Amino acid sequence: MNQINRLDGGQIDRSQTLNFTFDGKSYQAYPGDTLASALLANGVRLMGRSFKYHRPRGPLTAGSEEPNALVELRSGARQEPNTRATTTEMFDGLAANSQNRWPSLAFDAMAINDRFSNFLTAGFYYKTFMWPAAFWEKIYEPIIRKAAGLGSLSMQEDPDQYDKGFLHCDLLIIGAGPAGLSAALVAGRAGASVILADEDFAMGGRLNAERFTIGDQSGADWATSTVAELATMANVRLMSRTTIIGAFDHGIYGALERVNDHIATPAPDKPRQIFWRLYTKRCLLCAGATERPIAFANNDRPGIMLASAMRSYANRWAATPAHCIAVFVNNDDAHRTAADLVANGVDIAAVIDTRSTAPDSAYFEVIKGAQVINSSGRLGLKSISVELPSGEIRQISCGALGVSGAWNPNVHMTCHQRGRPVWNAKIAAFVPGPDGPPGMTTAGAAAGVFSTAGALENGANAAVAALASLDIKATTAPLPRAEDTEARLTPFWHTSRGKGRAWLDQQNDVTVKDVKLAHQENFRSVEHLKRYTTLGMATDQGKTSNMGGLAIMAELAGKSIPEVGTTIFRPPYTPIAIGALAGRTRGMAFHPTRLTPSHHWAKEQGATFVEVGNWLRAQWFAQPGETHWRQSVDREVLGTRASVGACDVTTLGKIDVQGADAAAFLNKIYCNGFAKLAVGKTRYGLMLREDGIAMDDGTAARLAEDHIIVTTTTANAVNVYRHMEFARQCLWPDLDVQLISTTEAWAQYAVAGPNSRALLQKIIDPEFSITNEDFPFMACGEITICGGLRARLFRISFSGELAYEIAVPTRYGDALMRRIMQAGAEFDVVPYGTEALGVMRIEKGHAAGNELNGTTTALNLGMGRMVSKIKDSIGAVLSRREGLNAPDALTMVGFRPVQSDRPIVAGAHIMAKGAPHDAAHDQGYITSACFSPNLGHSIGLGFLKNGGAREGEIIELVSPLTGVNVDAEVVSAHFVDPEGARLRA
Amino acid sequence: MIINHPLLGPRDAAEFTYFGDANLIHRPDGSPDTTGNTSAQFYTYQYLRDNPAGEHRELWFHEGGDRSWLVVTRNTLTHDISNVELASDVARAEGRST
Amino acid sequence: MHDLAPLTALGADAPLHETIGAVTLTEQPDFALASLSARRGCEKEAAIALRKIIGHAAPAPGRSTNSQGLVAFWVGPAQWFVEAPYNSHEHIADELKAAGGDAVSVTEQTGGWARFDLSGETATEVLARLCPLDAPQMQSGAATRTSIEHTGCFVICREALRAFSIWVPRSSAGSVSHAIETAMRSIA
Repeated sequence: MNQINRLDGGQIDRSQTLNFTFDGKSYQAYPGDTLASALLANGVRLMGRSFKYHRPRGPLTAGSEEPNALVELRSGARQEPNTRATTTEMFDGLAANSQNRWPSLAFDAMAINDRFSNFLTAGFYYKTFMWPAAFWEKIYEPIIRKAAGLGSLSMQEDPDQYDKGFLHCDLLIIGAGPAGLSAALVAGRAGASVILADEDFAMGGRLNAERFTIGDQSGADWATSTVAELATMANVRLMSRTTIIGAFDHGIYGALERVNDHIATPAPDKPRQIFWRLYTKRCLLCAGATERPIAFANNDRPGIMLASAMRSYANRWAATPAHCIAVFVNNDDAHRTAADLVANGVDIAAVIDTRSTAPDSAYFEVIKGAQVINSSGRLGLKSISVELPSGEIRQISCGALGVSGAWNPNVHMTCHQRGRPVWNAKIAAFVPGPDGPPGMTTAGAAAGVFSTAGALENGANAAVAALASLDIKATTAPLPRAEDTEARLTPFWHTSRGKGRAWLDQQNDVTVKDVKLAHQENFRSVEHLKRYTTLGMATDQGKTSNMGGLAIMAELAGKSIPEVGTTIFRPPYTPIAIGALAGRTRGMAFHPTRLTPSHHWAKEQGATFVEVGNWLRAQWFAQPGETHWRQSVDREVLGTRASVGACDVTTLGKIDVQGADAAAFLNKIYCNGFAKLAVGKTRYGLMLREDGIAMDDGTAARLAEDHIIVTTTTANAVNVYRHMEFARQCLWPDLDVQLISTTEAWAQYAVAGPNSRALLQKIIDPEFSITNEDFPFMACGEITICGGLRARLFRISFSGELAYEIAVPTRYGDALMRRIMQAGAEFDVVPYGTEALGVMRIEKGHAAGNELNGTTTALNLGMGRMVSKIKDSIGAVLSRREGLNAPDALTMVGFRPVQSDRPIVAGAHIMAKGAPHDAAHDQGYITSACFSPNLGHSIGLGFLKNGGAREGEIIELVSPLTGVNVDAEVVSAHFVDPEGARLRA
Repeated sequence: MIINHPLLGPRDAAEFTYFGDANLIHRPDGSPDTTGNTSAQFYTYQYLRDNPAGEHRELWFHEGGDRSWLVVTRNTLTHDISNVELASDVARAEGRST
Repeated sequence: MHDLAPLTALGADAPLHETIGAVTLTEQPDFALASLSARRGCEKEAAIALRKIIGHAAPAPGRSTNSQGLVAFWVGPAQWFVEAPYNSHEHIADELKAAGGDAVSVTEQTGGWARFDLSGETATEVLARLCPLDAPQMQSGAATRTSIEHTGCFVICREALRAFSIWVPRSSAGSVSHAIETAMRSIA
């Protein structure tokens, strides 16, 4: 039978029927339904199993505070666990499954836990899994992990896309109930830029769920017409389906907009959700209030829900959990649940009010001064036990029970910067304190103003005040007539009568008894209570449970609730998927990719690329017939050393240093001297951090008295620029020096090898002589090539060969590389990648990132004497500290295997021959290693204690992790051309 | 956080790189001919910092903006920012002119 | 005249020109770019040199000026970028240095950056998915650096609400233009 619990009316579109399934069974619903309302309309109350005891559960609420009705939504890769049925907007084809049950929701084998509840009380894990310690990793943890959690992950990649975005406004209004809509009207009409955000798909808040009128309209119609007016204002951005998840510093708010969650799959290229960063000048929190339950024995059966949720289901969604309903309350407001249900044609078994002073009704029985003390019904409520004032117990048959312990203002967001809510005795609830996030004010039920008229007025006034503080003048229009009853309640938190467990936190299965146990075991502060019992944790953050726990703690401690205090709330307000936080930043788009000027050419050559920071660099260029990367790399190294090779080195940082004090400035940031660097010359420079550790190395080329180009390593380009700006702006603000990065303004290629000069002579315009006499080692200059293109030439060498680096404006980089290959054909020029570059620098004994690793000094690098003693430079003073200059300090040396077929392994530690392999005997470590095709065996660079004096010694290289143990000889770090004759040729 | 840049107005702190105590401006003179215990001065400069619970003057670099170093006075308890200055102005005012 | 053929930042045969929904993205390779900084104590002379070339006073922080295709925008204290048509001003750096002499530091930046123009009715909605700028509030001529796709870019408002130029570090042009196109499809 279809929709047996569907009522008349409601804000659903009956002109269209939607089909959906729950646990494989088909049902029908209408547009405007949520999954929970549709299931209730179809007579389904059982929607989940509880976390710990696997108790049968149905929805407690009709909103995002829901602890029970969590389902796995969708299927396949789109399956999403722990989705609240109460906020899931219905669409045609929706498929949901219950979770945390096996084999089925109605029969769950794990419900056996419920029988052992005496063991699974507060602190169960702490008490049970303490010993023996060895059991933890192998036995306890796997069992707990298997049993823990609710839904399951698909383990497939999420096929949906998520966007991020940024919005700015004068006033952010959180919540579009009566207060929020009223505030938005005032602010919108005043011309302020306004964002009105509401987590629901229909704006209106409780107006959609109540039968109140505003003026001559129903509350829902007033909300609709107000939203329509706001939609005409260009300065107002309406964001429904948008949850403000947190209040961050200085008016920044996070907002999750579910733009396509209400359809089966987003259209191609469209995001499912957008995570917005909102920059706001002021914020008005109109987040409403959440009803709280009353705890009694077995108060968690499907069919028992908040009284206000019942009104929402009946009035908004025309759905009822049953046709005969009782209501258990401590306040006047919840009597309206009975009245509204009667008006919707539902039978009211009774209203049980804890107060002897409760109002009477002509339409239903009110049992005053009574308490519900138990319930029955295995998979759904069948009856309740009511203790009358006389002490007599009365059984009342009912299919559902509405419960209301009155309302808690939604103060969460006011706590996000450690603001503390304050107690309001009149409504027996915490209200926003005075120390909320700067710029945030509150209005309506969130501020403890519960009547509709009060909310309308409060919202309007709060908007005027917020805008006045921004010097925006706003005025309130006459407000329509609306409900204006006073909240009347007598606090009542739980019944102490009756047998059985009374549930406080249904999501974490925390009972009244657990709180009592925590108190008995001296976990008495609210923070300890929370952690010991898990009360208020997990996805609902205790929105319906915290107050009950606090009240019981207060009762046990003989204190008032404000004396006991409250825990505070953290972002996010409701759970947010990691995917939404990641946005588009995942997979290949995890970070941007930087391409070198020769990238397109290198791709044509079949290069293999490697990520270096964000850069993609050619790693090697495999030629036909080469099946292993080493074949390619060896060929590139040998070809370069034999004749000539070319490599894109654009990625090295280039910083343009200009000004009258350019050289004086470099003299301060490099540890070696730069004041006397001649125009037309390049010098190697080592930068230290102020603590004396090496920071980066590179070259500085003086193009003019007042113009020097500094290069940095690829990895440190950003850090070095920042460091130089720090020195310029903060340390020596009056030096005449200007800095700007030109890293990618120039395509720069290394051309290395004995034929590099001959090759370049074919490209460089003839008026520029690059003979050894005219353009010696370390020369630099501005030249033209290929008939007049401006270019720069540097005679520097990383490979140890006769070598140049040539630079042209980047747009010509592609053409220049092709020209180098063309001109070099007669010399069998080889393009080489970063691997060959690395091999050649290791063969030459040049330090790189592996050696400049943030722990090494100039002394360690064998460049101790470079640190000038005759000037002040950054890091010089602290580099002279005793501890960094011990006689046995680590020194960079070379290593070669005693048996030439054994490998040197980077990362291996150095041990004296025969010494124990332990940290106490550690002599240093290998930083770089490779196979040297020139020497025919493996070689390495590393740091060895007093290494400079140990050449010829045989040591052991050990890497316990990889099982390596190799005998190696300590040798000079310069394996190739130690005299440097080649680069000066 | 929002840093109110003296030239560019309010900018998201995500555009900035944090460095540390603004006293790092006061680098001692390390010239070889300086008198006094240079290494002790540098030790203090490099390693000894206050860690106030309250107002803290600190250096931020507008890496994603105009590349200015700023001195930001921020309350470490509330993140309230009470003053933002160009570090070069501060450095000059505090005697770093050469 | 040299015989090397230039390549655009994206490396395709023709510059990117794509309309998605109400927005068009166009790669603009035909512009030269140079930075100009005032030397110590030479702010006045630098401003005069700048005026000589661009025909305008130096723009204030966050602003740009445009005079017959010569655009200057503020990038830092006493520092500006000057943008000019490539064909007529390939050597804009030399022009600026000649005008400013020892009062200015000039650096050629043409190869360092790639310009993309974003225009159309929903251009500000596209920018809102890309960067924290309050693009709807940018007046014509507003110019500022911001982060798009984790990459520092300059955004210049050519016409309020509907036309923007984005200068992107050349090596990241592929990633950033891809991000812009993704955002265009997202809001289309």
